[in-house]
Amino acid sequence: MKSAAFRYARPENLAEAMILKRVEGEDARWLAGGQSLVPMMNLRMASPSLVIDLSRIRALTGISLQGETLRIGAMTRHAAVGADPMVARHAPLLAQAAPWIAHPAIRARGTIGGSLALADPAAEWPACCLALDATLVALGMDGAERHIAAADFFQGIYATALLPDELLLRVEIPVQRGRSALRELARRHGDYATVGLAATSAPALAFFGVADRPLRFAGVEAALADQGVDAAVALLRTTLEPIADLCHAAATKSHLAGVLLRRVAQEIGA
Amino acid sequence: MNDEIIIAFTLNGAQARRRVPVRLHAVDALREVFGLTGTRVACEHGSCGACTIRVDGAAVRGCLLLAPQLDGADVWTIEGLHASGEIADLQAAFHARNAMQCGYCTAGMLITSAELLQAGQPATRAEIREHLSGNYCRCTGYQSIVDAVEETLAARRAAA
Repeated sequence: MKSAAFRYARPENLAEAMILKRVEGEDARWLAGGQSLVPMMNLRMASPSLVIDLSRIRALTGISLQGETLRIGAMTRHAAVGADPMVARHAPLLAQAAPWIAHPAIRARGTIGGSLALADPAAEWPACCLALDATLVALGMDGAERHIAAADFFQGIYATALLPDELLLRVEIPVQRGRSALRELARRHGDYATVGLAATSAPALAFFGVADRPLRFAGVEAALADQGVDAAVALLRTTLEPIADLCHAAATKSHLAGVLLRRVAQEIGA
Repeated sequence: MNDEIIIAFTLNGAQARRRVPVRLHAVDALREVFGLTGTRVACEHGSCGACTIRVDGAAVRGCLLLAPQLDGADVWTIEGLHASGEIADLQAAFHARNAMQCGYCTAGMLITSAELLQAGQPATRAEIREHLSGNYCRCTGYQSIVDAVEETLAARRAAA
């Protein structure tokens, strides 16, 4: 399976990238790490006329701490996020999540921004950003930055609040307080999660792989904080309405979400 | 912004430069343009690991990388890693343990295993399996592959 023909551009800076996008329009696709876009092109699920490779744009890569906010450039690779000492210290949930993403070879190339902009409902980074109340920052054609809360960013399967001509620049994460954990259940390690849970002791509970986007339930979080894990699991069972997938019925996913909640609650000390 | 591009990179330690169609996968460029057919093509969507190559020090999928993305990179294939002697002990262990049958996955297995060996850290069998989890073998059942990696890692650590 080879991709359909396309043209390729590798801009050196953001201004050049935005011009390329403006000229080509909707048929141009940003190439981040390529670990989802390239297979989609190989399977002919995506056939861009122009691929704009972002790898040479330095402004898109790197991790920095600014006051109480950790900023992670969109082109920062999964492996780099997972191995970064600042991430381990200030957003340990992300360090806990990294080993769950696919396989080492994918983590070596895939990027956090690529994953967030793709918005696969079973992916780890979107759920982490939701649990950590992260803000996603996009660049528009007018050159202005737009800040989008994670809770508003993920809108469905492969659907986000990004406008067609916007480019995701970075994610901003408030320094994490307290404990966190990420667990998922999958048929094989490295597969997308059947059910996953990214959690902090706030408590924040972001379930993924259960719906068209990662989801938090304020009631379940409150129940966990106020009444304990049994009450939270009971409420989750009536609140969460999972979407079945090819291998798992909705009832199975609902049960597994409860199992994960019990395991994760123990880890975050709730 | 064309459908062809000139790529210049380091291939198995030597300078390489060629005009290639932009839609070529890295693995197809290595096989068809540069004649290095040791790297295999199988699933072509990143699931199986047969096309694993080393790019800038990391084992990556050759089918999820476009040929233009090789530009400026340091690329090693099984041919180069064999010739350099870096994985001679690992290859001998694969041979001794019969860690292959049809051999189609072997180049990818060796390159992914070499990454673990390079890290030099102790690894349990479970950790070796985890590191190899993105590489499929439909013949061996993995036992002998894990044996070979475990043995090579132990020998290197004893010699270090």
